Amino acid sequence: MPYGINETMGQYSELFMLLAAGTYTVAFIAFAWDLAKSSKALRAIDLKAAQAEDPARMPVGAGAGARSESHLAGPAGRAERPSSSASPSAENGAGGAITADGDMKYAAERRAPARVAVALTVLGALIHGAGVLTRALGAGRVPWGNMYEFLTTGAFVAAAVFLLVLIRRDLRFLGTFVVGLVIIMLVAASVAYWTPVGHLVPALQSYWLIIHVSIAVLSSALFTLTFAMSALQLVQARRLKTVAAGGTDKLGFMRLVPSALSLENLSYRINAIAFIGWTFTLMFGAIWAEKAWGRFWGWDTKEVWTFVIWVVYAGYLHARATRGWTGTRAAWLSIVGYLCVIFNFTIVNQFFNGLHSYSGL
Amino acid sequence: MSERVNVDKKSSDPVAEAKAEAALPALGLMGMLRWAWTQLTSMRTALFLLLLLAVAAVPGSLFPQRPANPSVVTQYIKDNPDYGKLLDTLQLYDVYSSAWFSAIYLLLFISLIGCVVPRAIAHYKAMRSQPPRTPKRLSRLPEYGTLVIPADAGIPASDAITSAAAVLKKRGYRVEVRDSGGERPSLGAERGFTKEVGNLVFHTSLIGVLVSVAIGGLFGYSGQRILVEGDTFVNTLVGYDQFTPGTNFESGQLQPYSVQLDKFDITFDRESEGKFGQPIDFSAAVTTKENPDAPAQKEILKVNDPITLGGTSIYLTGNGYAPVVTIRDGDGNVAMQGPVVAKLQGDNYYSSVVIKVPDAKPDQLGFAGFFLPTAFISNEGVSFSGDPDLFNPQLTLNSYYGDLGLDDGAPQNVFELDVQDLTPLNARNLDAGGITLAPGSSYTLPDGKGTISFDGVKRYIGVDIHHNPGQLYALIFALLAVAGLILSLYVNRRRVWVRTGTHADGRTMVEYGLLARGEDHRLAAEAEAVRKLLSGEWQLDAEAAGPEAPQQTPSREQDNDLGAATTTGSVTTPAGPTGPEKDQ
Ligand code: HEM
Repeated sequence: MPYGINETMGQYSELFMLLAAGTYTVAFIAFAWDLAKSSKALRAIDLKAAQAEDPARMPVGAGAGARSESHLAGPAGRAERPSSSASPSAENGAGGAITADGDMKYAAERRAPARVAVALTVLGALIHGAGVLTRALGAGRVPWGNMYEFLTTGAFVAAAVFLLVLIRRDLRFLGTFVVGLVIIMLVAASVAYWTPVGHLVPALQSYWLIIHVSIAVLSSALFTLTFAMSALQLVQARRLKTVAAGGTDKLGFMRLVPSALSLENLSYRINAIAFIGWTFTLMFGAIWAEKAWGRFWGWDTKEVWTFVIWVVYAGYLHARATRGWTGTRAAWLSIVGYLCVIFNFTIVNQFFNGLHSYSGL
Repeated sequence: MSERVNVDKKSSDPVAEAKAEAALPALGLMGMLRWAWTQLTSMRTALFLLLLLAVAAVPGSLFPQRPANPSVVTQYIKDNPDYGKLLDTLQLYDVYSSAWFSAIYLLLFISLIGCVVPRAIAHYKAMRSQPPRTPKRLSRLPEYGTLVIPADAGIPASDAITSAAAVLKKRGYRVEVRDSGGERPSLGAERGFTKEVGNLVFHTSLIGVLVSVAIGGLFGYSGQRILVEGDTFVNTLVGYDQFTPGTNFESGQLQPYSVQLDKFDITFDRESEGKFGQPIDFSAAVTTKENPDAPAQKEILKVNDPITLGGTSIYLTGNGYAPVVTIRDGDGNVAMQGPVVAKLQGDNYYSSVVIKVPDAKPDQLGFAGFFLPTAFISNEGVSFSGDPDLFNPQLTLNSYYGDLGLDDGAPQNVFELDVQDLTPLNARNLDAGGITLAPGSSYTLPDGKGTISFDGVKRYIGVDIHHNPGQLYALIFALLAVAGLILSLYVNRRRVWVRTGTHADGRTMVEYGLLARGEDHRLAAEAEAVRKLLSGEWQLDAEAAGPEAPQQTPSREQDNDLGAATTTGSVTTPAGPTGPEKDQ
């Protein structure tokens, strides 16, 4: 028998969610400010550099860029099949178009707004975590039993994963993107999917709920990161091409963003982890389906889309090893994969009839 | 994977392609087949087929599917006369068994086999052969560095290469020393063969999963049965309400076990506001016997918690109420007595009831109506169920007499009453009105056609019974696939080459280079580690071993070039075998 319901805890939880959303919003503004401010500062530096232009500077810069690039790119095999989008020459030609470190390691220089933003995100995530925890206590079970809970918990995991990655890599350029998405998820949860604390329907009372859904949420959070990076990769690749061709750089803030190739490589690594996670999601889902409905696979709509997502990301991994498919095309696959994740969560949960119709609405 | 990429390189070379095309007419049948095979097993085709598979799977979620919902499909075709039929012709109601979907995945798996087999052979050979020869210019490798052993250490080039070999062996590399007595001894080392093994295991296991699923389809079976409290199911063909055999099913496979439903309990949520009255626990107490002579066993069947018996699994998939009625016919005899399964229609167990009484005399009787566990009447006079529990059970029925049409042998849906050929006795719009019964009450039909009494309410459950012999294998292969996947993604396949040479002044110069095959973002870290180990071996200061020392500085490219130049100058790179495999 399930534990009792604690409505007060549930109300605390909602308060925490609200506070978290507020804190994230301020963090979002700080991240945006960081992008704006840094790109301005960078432009000023560039201007100075241009005035004191030393003809010898160009090749040196180019060489440096190429080196730090190929370093991460891991000639490590990637050199054998260079990215089609960001060929080294495009980046060399772009000269100072990239100031971010390809390794995404923290630079010595301090970015005050970015620090504020990260601190606020941490604060927001702590409050958010309290919200998730009180929700779990209020319902007396894991906090992922309906759409509202998937979203609020999923948003928390996305924020937490982002912060965890931040410990090792300077992905602050993704801040506006990730925190923005987290805010959207929280708002959507509260506005469109709000559900009071309640017991689970019997179909969901299984330890597989804990295993299957937690891995799904975690993988989705990782896919969220790579989606952001792939999108930026496309923008960056275009921008570098324009700049290389002598066009004007309209997206100055993209200087803070590493090169397309670096983005591609890091998102590949994260996607690889997430793909393993999704493979487990698929498998554990099948095992659970066997326990609940007596067949491990039945092409239920939810199963179909989980499969489609898996195949798209398998395609992505293949693309990365196929000539002519790295770079921009692979990034598109990563984006399509994420759109399928979103579709699977929103549209399929609500509008498609299937055995999985327990969105809690 | 480089093997693969190399093959791709050839096929994607525009000149080669143009040549291949030009040569087509002369290829002959075998040549054509070979060409088709090469195309089919190329990485590009695999990618294309994968994406195609993803796209092809989608329609199955857009249109109702026959295996899951045959009746919905029939209705859908009826509702969409303009294109419903066309979709059927395109097999869009049977997507996952359609010719086109099957074609895609079969092609994919053929491609997979064509991909895996040659790769396995190539990898087997690679594992047995020595690491590739030492490239002429190590400085061209992605990771490169040099170390200098001072003259007073007294380590000549040949000793240095031996100890370097020992260091790398200890680190898990397979090492071959070349030209150890010569001027420029070198070694080639390689590790991470499990990466490719993992990849092969992963892809092969996918075939295993597919085959296991096919076996389940061939030799498995599944069926459904509704059990009212007190009913017993015996696992024979007649015991099932519905039975779906696999292609190779034989009825001898069924072990005659039995399951009796003793009691079915539901716990309703009486705590939370939003979900008040929602069922939160279903629990069926059953008595099972492995075979007719085996001892009886008490078990609890729950959602998510099937019972396994006689090689099958039994699942709790549905439930509802079964009002118990007694019907006497016009002659005053009991024509029917027992529970009637009510079919769920709406909220709070609002269920439909159909009672057919073919044994009633002189006229056969039929009843159709609703069962409400907690009856309420809305302001508009519509009755509805206010709660799923039995607070105010009510049976509201219309009645008919005439020929039920059951005698001609045509199968009928027990949940539907065809009233076309029947004469109504009770209905709201008739003088006699409808029948409304509470438990314990009875009603006398007009015109002396008989009586009906509502004796009480039982619960029933729906169970699914499945036997799938492929299941376990599918699981094993899936687990193997994941294991292979993890190996393939996280083991790094690397090569290291070291070359040494002794200077005229007695210093021994060591240069080393690393190359990864496939994705490897930690190659630089490995280079660092190898450097540390070698420095430790010769008690050198790893950081200060010369201007070429690879540091993580952005300007290393130039250093490297310089390094290459100086190395070539002072240490001299011998005219070894032709350059590295890596051609860039
Ligand atoms: C059933 C369909 C397939 C699926 C789901 C699939 C999935 C995957 C996945 C997830 C990876 C990345 C992990 C790894 O490196 O092991 C991969 C890699 C690979 N697959 Fe497949 N694959 C399929 C079919 C094929 C086929 C038909 C081929 C051959 C033409 C192929 C050749 C390869 C190769 C060469 C790699 C290594 C790529 C690299 O260098 O990273 N796969 N596959």
